[in-house]
Amino acid sequence: MPDTLTQGGSAKPAGLAAVNDFVVKFANVNGSGSASANGLFAKAIIRMGVPVAARNIFPSNIQGLPTWYEVRVSGAGHLGRRGGVDLAVPLNPQTWEDDVKEISPGGYLFYDSTKPLPASKFRDDIHIIGVPLTAICNEAYKIPRERQLFKNICYVGALSWLINIDPAVVEQLLKEEFASKPKLIGANLNAFNLGRDWAKANLKPIGLQLQTSDAVGDRIFVEGNAAAALGAVYGGATVCAWYPITPSTSVAEAFTGYCEDFRTNADGTKNYAIVQGEDEIASIGIVVGAGWNGARAFTCTSGPGISLMNEFIGLSYFAEIPVVIFDVQRGGPSTGMPTRTQQSDLLLAAYASHGDTKHVLLLPSDPGECFTMGAQAFDLADRLQTTVFVMLDLDIGMQEWLVEPFKWDDARRIDRGKVMTAEELEAGKFFGRYTDVDGDGIPYRTWPGTHPNKGAYFTRGTSRNRLAGYSEKGIDYQDNMERLLKKFHTAAALVPAPVVRSAKQSTKIGALYFGSTAPAMHEALETLERQGHHIDAMRVRAFPFSQEVFDFIHAHDEICVVEQNRDAQLRSLLMIEGGIDPAHLTSILHYDGTPITARFLCDAIGKRLEARKATRQVTGKADKQ
Amino acid sequence: MTYILKPKLHHPSLPKNALGFTRRDYEGRVSTLCAGCGHDSISAAIIQAVWELSIEPHRVAKISGIGCSSKTPDYFLSQSHGFNSVHGRMPSVLTGANLANRDLIYLGVSGDGDSASIGLGQFAHSIRRGVNMSYIVENNGVYGLTKGQFSATSDKGSKSKKGVENTESGIDLVALALQLGATYVGRSFSGDKEQLVPLIKGALSHHGPAFLDVISPCVAFNNHTGSTKSFDYVREHNEAVNRLDVILGRTPITAEYKAGEVREVTQHDGSVLRLRKLHDDYDPTDKIGAANYLQERHAEGEIVTGLLYVDPEATDLHDRLDTTARPLNQLNTADLTPGADALAKINASLR
Repeated sequence: MPDTLTQGGSAKPAGLAAVNDFVVKFANVNGSGSASANGLFAKAIIRMGVPVAARNIFPSNIQGLPTWYEVRVSGAGHLGRRGGVDLAVPLNPQTWEDDVKEISPGGYLFYDSTKPLPASKFRDDIHIIGVPLTAICNEAYKIPRERQLFKNICYVGALSWLINIDPAVVEQLLKEEFASKPKLIGANLNAFNLGRDWAKANLKPIGLQLQTSDAVGDRIFVEGNAAAALGAVYGGATVCAWYPITPSTSVAEAFTGYCEDFRTNADGTKNYAIVQGEDEIASIGIVVGAGWNGARAFTCTSGPGISLMNEFIGLSYFAEIPVVIFDVQRGGPSTGMPTRTQQSDLLLAAYASHGDTKHVLLLPSDPGECFTMGAQAFDLADRLQTTVFVMLDLDIGMQEWLVEPFKWDDARRIDRGKVMTAEELEAGKFFGRYTDVDGDGIPYRTWPGTHPNKGAYFTRGTSRNRLAGYSEKGIDYQDNMERLLKKFHTAAALVPAPVVRSAKQSTKIGALYFGSTAPAMHEALETLERQGHHIDAMRVRAFPFSQEVFDFIHAHDEICVVEQNRDAQLRSLLMIEGGIDPAHLTSILHYDGTPITARFLCDAIGKRLEARKATRQVTGKADKQ
Repeated sequence: MTYILKPKLHHPSLPKNALGFTRRDYEGRVSTLCAGCGHDSISAAIIQAVWELSIEPHRVAKISGIGCSSKTPDYFLSQSHGFNSVHGRMPSVLTGANLANRDLIYLGVSGDGDSASIGLGQFAHSIRRGVNMSYIVENNGVYGLTKGQFSATSDKGSKSKKGVENTESGIDLVALALQLGATYVGRSFSGDKEQLVPLIKGALSHHGPAFLDVISPCVAFNNHTGSTKSFDYVREHNEAVNRLDVILGRTPITAEYKAGEVREVTQHDGSVLRLRKLHDDYDPTDKIGAANYLQERHAEGEIVTGLLYVDPEATDLHDRLDTTARPLNQLNTADLTPGADALAKINASLR
């Protein structure tokens, strides 16, 4: 009989008790088949109408290294990481000690109790739940691979009894998952029931409980990379050139899948072309060539790819060629951190390449915006004739998020921007490739092959006059650079506007944040508000910044700038582009590679505001003396 | 000297092609290269070839990298769009352009620095990918714009203008192109217009990756005694395997040849490559034989020229990708956007 009782003396805190509000963390060995079982666990809770934020923390490896899956259950709908673990399921001996250490006092440890473990492996202030998973599966299955795979479903079954997952929901999910392989439905269901029945016979439900709710609504559960790829399909992208790199690879893979489904003609021919380049330089070169020739083209990459693409990104800026780049941000060089998340490519992307260059960045905060901004990026790139970055990060790109369903207006038409047609040229309309005829800095362009004897021009990076004639004159260079700057200012009005979240009380404290920080930030703002800290918050959604961003900064005495990087890159951009006094901007930084948590933000911002209060009190006293 | 505009006047007696255009209609701006540069002869050969084939100039897209050779697309076909892109990266830009609109003719102009050094990877991959293009390397074995450094096609033992001997092995782009899957491979000499013009015509009418290595002496930095890319050296060591005529469609064949002197290769689009044999044992459709022949002659110090290999049944990247016949840049919202109903189904699958 395994130890299913709590261990230790009377000092043990009562078991954590919560309904639809707790964090479960699985620790597994990658390549062991745990991912689908953990996914089933998360999806079953969503199907019960309870919002879930699930995050897969995985190594740069295919088999054998530690991997974690964190499921935050939040009836209130908080989708960021909270911080802390209430129920740990450590199934990987390699990480046992760290996994046990993380559990909140009063929390629960669920483990495979087939082999007895010494008391020193546990903690006195947590509740231990042992289920002999290996023994149960060894008895039920003869084939080693089956024993391993079904053990995963078996623990989901045991957990379902402990926290009250509806078994009917699991059955329905298995039926959908294995609709094309019906044999697997029964097999998985059996494994699920093995665990559930054992737990039912031997254990009592724990204090963390699920209750059917209607808080999910019609939301969907999707990865940002897939959403961005779908955005590219709806945005009319026809050419994709890419080179494999974590965490962006699945953008190209999802684009391929969606194109096979939606862009294949009845005769089997394809309304798209996807090329896996020999490297990132070739990939961006292909995109530049396609954009020059009138196709909507993109590449998807991560920081190292952006580094390699720099020369071409600059060329697209100077030669004014539409390009879309999905940058799924991660940690720095080498393997390891590439499977962790960061927002550390902001400066790299904003000023990529040599010469004076600035680029448009879109900053989606969840997969929903990956879709909308993914589609919009192509209109913007064509309209502005320049590179547009869509800045995802691993947390958005490779994790499934609960978001509002994708929407599309069938009346929407692709905006190709200022492209001169053969008819316009024939009618004698003036064409000067680099002439600002509309006063917005954006010139007209022609695509190769448009007209037999009008509209051809020679494309160069620089050294041209307004009519695309060769010129090394300083005055022509300066004239062109001024127009490019004007175009960049035009961009500020076209990109997505920032989103403001005002405090309930008037305040002189503001916060700026962006991207995947959003859900943890929203939760932190609510908590801080309850603690008496009133903060106006603005989510920045694009670079160049609109005037609204600078107005917001100037309307507050202190601005906390929240970022997931070391060097406060958004803060630098604000200082450079808006001439903001550095003293006005307080950095709140989180950059250990894990997604930022609400608890971290409450702590960091709370401390800053307490310190500020204290300083002001001290100053107040000094004033009185 | 580009501020000097060429007069637009045409002499009334200038010959016209099937489209009614004279050669002048295919010219570009005045060259800024050194007087006597081999590259200018290649530009002239391109003009002649496109004119003879009666290609509408605007149906050609000229793409280059960076270097002396890459400047030349400004000096021919002024009614064509041109793109002077990034050093060594012409192949990727051309590939993307080709993907966007399969209906145009893509002429890639590069040099030995551009293609054999910084761009060797892109050269290789664009060829193995099967991009439908005419890829011309204007090969002078030297970096001209930066004044005389050896390039990767400089032969081992070749001497620089300052008398320094090159100690590194030279890259033979023709041998590489053959191995990589080019389906039309030729070599010529900028000083031999009679050979070069038909080779360019054949490349332009070939459906697949066509590669031409054109040895083009640099009069400023690589035309001295001791150089293996000088006019004198190339003339002395040039060993042509054949002489080419390109016959389009139903053009009647008039010239008379003795039996056995001529080999005709009909390409997939109906164009006929007529080869006057100069070496009885040379078969330009035999890839392995061509590779062996090149190596043997190279060991003898000869520069083998002519149409070295052609696959008349060649395919291209679009064939392999099964792209729609319509140029991708002509597809519109209805072709590209699946619509709200499809999105509703995707949403349903994600719950």
